[in-house]
Amino acid sequence: MAFGRGEEMKLGERAFKILLTFGIMAVFWILLSGIFDAFHLISGLICCAIVSVISYDLLVKGESEEKLLKSLRLLLYIPWELWQIVLANIDVAYRVLHPKMPIDPLIIEFETTLRKEFSLVTLANSITLTPGTITILVEPEKGKFWVHAIAKKPAAALLVDQTMQRKVANVFMET
Amino acid sequence: MVIVNGVVIALLGVGIFFLLVGSIGLLRFPDFYTRLHATGKCDTLGGGLIILGALIYHFFQYPETPLVPAKLAFLIFFIFMANPTATHALMKAAYKTGLKPWRLGEERR
Repeated sequence: MAFGRGEEMKLGERAFKILLTFGIMAVFWILLSGIFDAFHLISGLICCAIVSVISYDLLVKGESEEKLLKSLRLLLYIPWELWQIVLANIDVAYRVLHPKMPIDPLIIEFETTLRKEFSLVTLANSITLTPGTITILVEPEKGKFWVHAIAKKPAAALLVDQTMQRKVANVFMET
Repeated sequence: MVIVNGVVIALLGVGIFFLLVGSIGLLRFPDFYTRLHATGKCDTLGGGLIILGALIYHFFQYPETPLVPAKLAFLIFFIFMANPTATHALMKAAYKTGLKPWRLGEERR
């Protein structure tokens, strides 16, 4: 919730949330129904409107400030993440198919500057999908992560380089 | 059409390769955590690539039904969201129950 703001701002925030929920659900309705006559479109849009007015708070949580900018930054982050996923798979394939199986698992802990739910989820999922590491536990209060690494090198990438933490913090502007 | 077929075959082949690697890893790796490394990553990309191949094939072969590729694109999106989350949930459950991770030099379980 926003601190020390007038009712006006809150009203605008609420309208934004309702509109966003409505937009997402309308796109879903149109794509999944696949019927484009007036009856189905209008009844679908009416249902979307009712649901978005009642339950807008479930889908879009927290304050909406700079949400648009953050979504755009997230879109720029995704291609890098996809490339990391490809690298992760090649890495796993190498470790699986190598006759000596070069693995040396260890559990590492580190703290980040991230606090918000969505950024923590993004970092946790990114860690799971990138080479050699899977998130075990996340503690939201301190932004602390427990990560299982399959060898020393991917663990060092998270502990020493911290490329991913910096990228995610940059996306959500929580440095 | 030849180019499309080639791309689709390549995508399906690479996807199947990664699924195969994931399965081999599931059998070869020594304990629960490392096995999740193999399945959690390979299933995501392997399944995603196979669906992407199906999407491209359908898009060029049956352009009169554009909704099917759109639904397949949604499927890829949800797999990429849900798979790491599920892997993380399994990891967390194992860690909380106190399963000790395998260290180098120990016997496989």
